Amino acid sequence: MSSGTGQVRIALRNCGVIDPESIKDYIATDGYDALAKALFDMSPDEVVETVKKSGLRGRGGAGFPTGIKWETARRSESDIKYVLCNADEGDPGAFMDRSVLEGDPHCVLEAMAICGYAIGASQGIIYVRAEYPLAVKRLQIAIEQATDMGLLGDNILGSGFSFNVRLYFGAGAFVCGEETSLMNSVQGGRGEPRLKPPFPAVKGLWDKPTNINNVETYANVAQIIRNGWEWFRQFGTEKSPGTKVFALAGKVNNVGLVEVPMGTPLRVIIEDIGGGIRNNKKFKAAQTGGPSGGCIPAEHLDTPIEYESLISLGSMMGSGGMIVLDEDDCMVGISKFYLTFTAEESCGKCTPCRIGNVRLLEILDRITEGKGEEKDMDDLENLGNTIKDTALCGLGQSSPNPIISTLRYFSDEYKEHIYHKRCPAGSCSKLIGYKILPDKCTGCTVCARNCPVSCISGERKKVHVIDQERCIKCGVCFSKCRFKAIVRG
Amino acid sequence: MAQEIVEVTESYPALDAFYDSLPDKNGALIPMLHKAQEEYGYLPQEVQLYVALKLGIPASKVYGVATFYSLFNLERKGQYRINVCLGTACYVRGSEAILEALENELKIKRTETTGDGLFTLSSIRCVGACGLAPVVMVGDKVYGRVTPDDVRGIVDEYLGKAGEHND
Repeated sequence: MSSGTGQVRIALRNCGVIDPESIKDYIATDGYDALAKALFDMSPDEVVETVKKSGLRGRGGAGFPTGIKWETARRSESDIKYVLCNADEGDPGAFMDRSVLEGDPHCVLEAMAICGYAIGASQGIIYVRAEYPLAVKRLQIAIEQATDMGLLGDNILGSGFSFNVRLYFGAGAFVCGEETSLMNSVQGGRGEPRLKPPFPAVKGLWDKPTNINNVETYANVAQIIRNGWEWFRQFGTEKSPGTKVFALAGKVNNVGLVEVPMGTPLRVIIEDIGGGIRNNKKFKAAQTGGPSGGCIPAEHLDTPIEYESLISLGSMMGSGGMIVLDEDDCMVGISKFYLTFTAEESCGKCTPCRIGNVRLLEILDRITEGKGEEKDMDDLENLGNTIKDTALCGLGQSSPNPIISTLRYFSDEYKEHIYHKRCPAGSCSKLIGYKILPDKCTGCTVCARNCPVSCISGERKKVHVIDQERCIKCGVCFSKCRFKAIVRG
Repeated sequence: MAQEIVEVTESYPALDAFYDSLPDKNGALIPMLHKAQEEYGYLPQEVQLYVALKLGIPASKVYGVATFYSLFNLERKGQYRINVCLGTACYVRGSEAILEALENELKIKRTETTGDGLFTLSSIRCVGACGLAPVVMVGDKVYGRVTPDDVRGIVDEYLGKAGEHND
């Protein structure tokens, strides 16, 4: 993990530094100090107040103020309350929660216990993806160790406060990252969202008041309690205090997790920390927020990153996936990629999402196959906005964002596909083909030997030919030819 | 199409023991299905019905949940599960071409199983190994920075293993 220019590690402070399977390592870096401080020096109201004043906002994507959630859950009267941790990190291209769970599992447990004390809950549940076996194993070890040392379980540190944590495994449904779907899943049902309000803090798991935060949000809590809200506010911006972890991936030289203060310009992340674009290609866009977000073009690279600025650019913070795209990426293709994802992951409960996203996908399919029509761009925008306004949960309300943001910044690319049946990035396979230039082909046979469908024929030292009928347009021949004898067009 | 009537004819002691070990019987359905799939590799109808009877819930609810989550399989899968990651990072680094190369190599489409029962080809969502993109997983083994050229070698590796096993 790079610790280059401008990075500040709060959520990731212990990742890669301590042995995640040793509670002693965690304690040696002031672990569980905050829990002790909360239990013995602070009232539950003071804990809630500190989190509120810190300005910490949900790191799972929407940016809802964490302190308000805690306060609502605290005020809800009930014999049983729950503390839930959303570790169902489903955004393709995002892996910061996985790193926290694998690298510093105790910081999540400590924060959940602090939350339990603050809202008056004694049961915690971590909903974790079954696709993350190492994270599951480390959490199990951490829970066991903390319970053995009296830092979880009954009568923690002799304070009279009891708190238990158990794990619950997801089963591969993206929509379960939505908090009400997640609760339905924990109850053993299909992960379909509920109508809000009532909000989980009032009526959540098993209809009891429930506080639910994401892994990265919890990873900030113990340090806010230990160091105070003023300390936390020295990082980041007025409206978005603290740091954010991004999973930087795609066409940059340095891929991996970066943690930067909110307000850091996108350019710093991509150029200084990410080391710029691979293979000297040209930057085209940064995709943030995964299937719920959008693409930010080069002209906005100097925008400081915070919740509001990303929304005004038509994207969103999301959980922190940041995929860098270069000149070879087709923006219509990227929209189609995300829509394919959301259409498949739609739970089917509400009509705008279940049917609307499929209709959007059909239009995109047509455009990328060279069958686009003049009205398609208007249809995409109108239908997209309708889905945003009418879908039941966050998944549907944000699913058209990839289309709407690319229509906004890359409408020329849509027009090229629709009016000229061309893919400028050379990525939509139906709109491209490969040809061998007879005057450049040396008959070296490299292309024929590498073709996965054996559709290139020709004798040694003679000009080769591609059988266009059988060609799957994978581009292997194009990349293998040493004589630039194969062209794409 | 007429549906066969499913009845529970066998006993499932592993599921009984697992159920007894659960501290909280509320919300036991998904953990039970995870356990059943771990034991039997997939969720045959009889097992689904058994889980329904055990938990005292309608079989339709079990079926509804089993079909909702992509990790649950209703059909038997190949001995080796080849999963191509179609997460965003892998996608922009060319995993679609790798999936196509595998389809050609195995002569099946994605989600299908080869006639000899050796391979099932699927795409999966992000496995969180974006730094190694594009990623192919065979069982639990991760192959990183795969190119379409590597596909034949990966398949051969498992054909070789299957061969040894049969000898």
